[in-house]
Amino acid sequence: MLKKNAETIVSIKDVHKSFGQLEVLKGVSLDVKKGEVICVIGPSGSGKSTLIRCINGLNDIQGGQINVCGIDLTDPKLDKLELRKRVGMVFQQYNLFPHKTALENIIMAPTLVLKQDKAASEKRAFELMQKVRLEGKEHAYPGELSGGQQQRVAIARSLAMNPDVMLFDEVTAALDPETVKEVLVTIKDLAQEGMTCILVTHEMGFAREVADHIYFTDNGVIVEHGSPKTFFNKAKDPRTKEFLSQIL
Amino acid sequence: MYEPVQQGKILSGIWMTIKLSFFCLILSVVIGIVGAFAQGSKIRILRSFVQGYIQFFRNTPPYVQLLFFYFALGQFTPTYSPDGWLELPIISNVGWAIISLSFFAGAFNVEIFRAGIEAVADSTKEAAESLGFSRFQTFRYVIFPLAIRVCLPSLNNNLINLVKTTTQAFGIAVPELLYQSVTIWNDYPSAQYPTMLLVFVVYILLVGVLVLSMNTWEKNLRIPGYGQ
Amino acid sequence: MASKRPSTIPGINRHGNTDLPVLKPFAPSQPIAFHTSAWLANMPAWTGFVLLLPLMLWPFASHAAGSFTMTDAFSALIRWMPFLLKSGFLFNVIISLFAMLIGTFLGIILGLGQISKNRFIKRISWFFTQLFRNSPWLVLLFIVLLAFPFEVTIFGVIIPIPDWMKAVIGLSLPIMANISEIVRGAVLSVPTAQWEAAESLAFSRQQILWRIILPQCFKRMIPPWMNWYAILTMATPLCSLLGVEEIITLSRQAMEAENNHPELLVPFYSFALGLFFFYCYPIARVTMYLERRYSVKI
Repeated sequence: MLKKNAETIVSIKDVHKSFGQLEVLKGVSLDVKKGEVICVIGPSGSGKSTLIRCINGLNDIQGGQINVCGIDLTDPKLDKLELRKRVGMVFQQYNLFPHKTALENIIMAPTLVLKQDKAASEKRAFELMQKVRLEGKEHAYPGELSGGQQQRVAIARSLAMNPDVMLFDEVTAALDPETVKEVLVTIKDLAQEGMTCILVTHEMGFAREVADHIYFTDNGVIVEHGSPKTFFNKAKDPRTKEFLSQIL
Repeated sequence: MYEPVQQGKILSGIWMTIKLSFFCLILSVVIGIVGAFAQGSKIRILRSFVQGYIQFFRNTPPYVQLLFFYFALGQFTPTYSPDGWLELPIISNVGWAIISLSFFAGAFNVEIFRAGIEAVADSTKEAAESLGFSRFQTFRYVIFPLAIRVCLPSLNNNLINLVKTTTQAFGIAVPELLYQSVTIWNDYPSAQYPTMLLVFVVYILLVGVLVLSMNTWEKNLRIPGYGQ
Repeated sequence: MASKRPSTIPGINRHGNTDLPVLKPFAPSQPIAFHTSAWLANMPAWTGFVLLLPLMLWPFASHAAGSFTMTDAFSALIRWMPFLLKSGFLFNVIISLFAMLIGTFLGIILGLGQISKNRFIKRISWFFTQLFRNSPWLVLLFIVLLAFPFEVTIFGVIIPIPDWMKAVIGLSLPIMANISEIVRGAVLSVPTAQWEAAESLAFSRQQILWRIILPQCFKRMIPPWMNWYAILTMATPLCSLLGVEEIITLSRQAMEAENNHPELLVPFYSFALGLFFFYCYPIARVTMYLERRYSVKI
């Protein structure tokens, strides 16, 4: 799966981020190549969510550089709309718009932001619903769907924008154990189609299975990274070892 | 039961009450939305100005506000002469009643709308933002439709209160229902009790119609699985 | 409609309240501008300092006062202030306290009636609560004014009912209805588990209500109760329409005594507004504080 010579699509260099006094990211660097699947793992409060929120500009950074699809995020004249067309994001709490049906949730951004034709985006929305295996639920409201179903609609909603990179922020953390699997299957499908994905997750088994590269963060820095095989079997850093022994 | 004169008075009174209520409703809701938007502004002076407006209008009697607007501020409005003899102010007593009552109800509406906007989860706003919605689009398509559902019950109460408060326009001789009724029961003491009953019934009906339509609206806006 | 600016307000001056001042139309025969220039010419140097006073009373008066110097009007206000405060505003407070007392008492009875097991009592209480809650205060005031006799005879003793007593009764009616709703809402907000737990301990319904439920919701009833007191206080100026001698009535009389200069209107009404503001604002703040404090505990 690893694309050796693919171009770098997300490049993060020595990023610093603080909320007031609290420094959350203390010089983080990582590169993501096109088609790669990256998993960021680590104890809670280690800054992994903040890191991926910085990638689509939800959080500003105080130092370092982030470049996504050739867009420099530190540029003061940054076109955030352009950035968000390129980067899709799925949240822990799904964050569907509760007053819109699943289908309306999906077509809202393409019609409003990309000004696409309504019929065309509806057609695409039906395809996406099929892709996330939710055919027949197009006209249900989020409140009528289970957590796993809502999360899959949320994934479809992000995909409708045809992003180059997808960010997943602990997307299974709020789900029931039974529904976690259906969401992971959807993400795996995406990964196999060659979508560039950056995931923050606690699902070690899943990370091991789909990731091309795993990053372990603790206390605002990347402690260790490597391919799943080396990471899970030959971790060097004591902090990684301790974390893995607790979680596995 | 009634002589034509009385009937005419009552009907014109009801019509004036309805007009008064209608314009005040619209204007107060507009004030509420604009005020709530201004309260979310980054300009500090604007925010404290809106806060001052709210506190002032909430903590002073609407009746005295009405008198103040009409008598005290009314004297500064320019006048015009339709026939060269009469001096008529540009804003009539009905106009002042509408302005004053709208500002009164508007002060409450600002708070109601602000609470509604604050009730929309940050994460939902972030989702819209990360889909590339502009600030205005986020407000128009996500925040507002959700906030209005949160606001409706309290908005409902406030608007009912507004309809009841229109009676106070009596104080500046706006010929609304109560005013007309009082003239009737002064001129025809025998008609006192039936008129009283009628006024009672009409107000209960007006409030009832408003409650009913607001409740229907509330029901239509209900989303499965959202709120109660 | 624009011409409707009558010099008398029917329903008041024809109702036996002959001593009630009726505001003369302030559009004078001479244009207002004439007054202005005369005033401007006579303005002494210390005007500015006097202008600071209304600024403290009511910040908005400033732009009104800015173009319209009303030195004499303000000094008139200062002359009348103690009178307006002692005989006027104090009376508003007294009316509001009485109405609150009666309204609270009746409201608790009505509210308990609303949660009664007896269907008839329940219906009746509900009906009266809704009736008085949804009708305009001013209409209730007028109805009480007209429907109540001037005096009642109890055991041969003639007790006169002055207008202000009628006003108290008229104002206590909507308060009663709203307190009734507060009581009902508070009792219903106590989880049913509390009722069940008490019932399983063989308490009677009376005991459960008085010993277990009401003590719990008492705290929750305080903030809305205070809120209604503030609303009630702000409704007391309506009594002036019934000829009760409260602050607005007296302000009008005072302006009458000062020859009804239109310049008097802004300071006098601002003063009244300011008084209510300074009385009600602290109540509103305390209410908000208590609301926040109690809401955490639920």
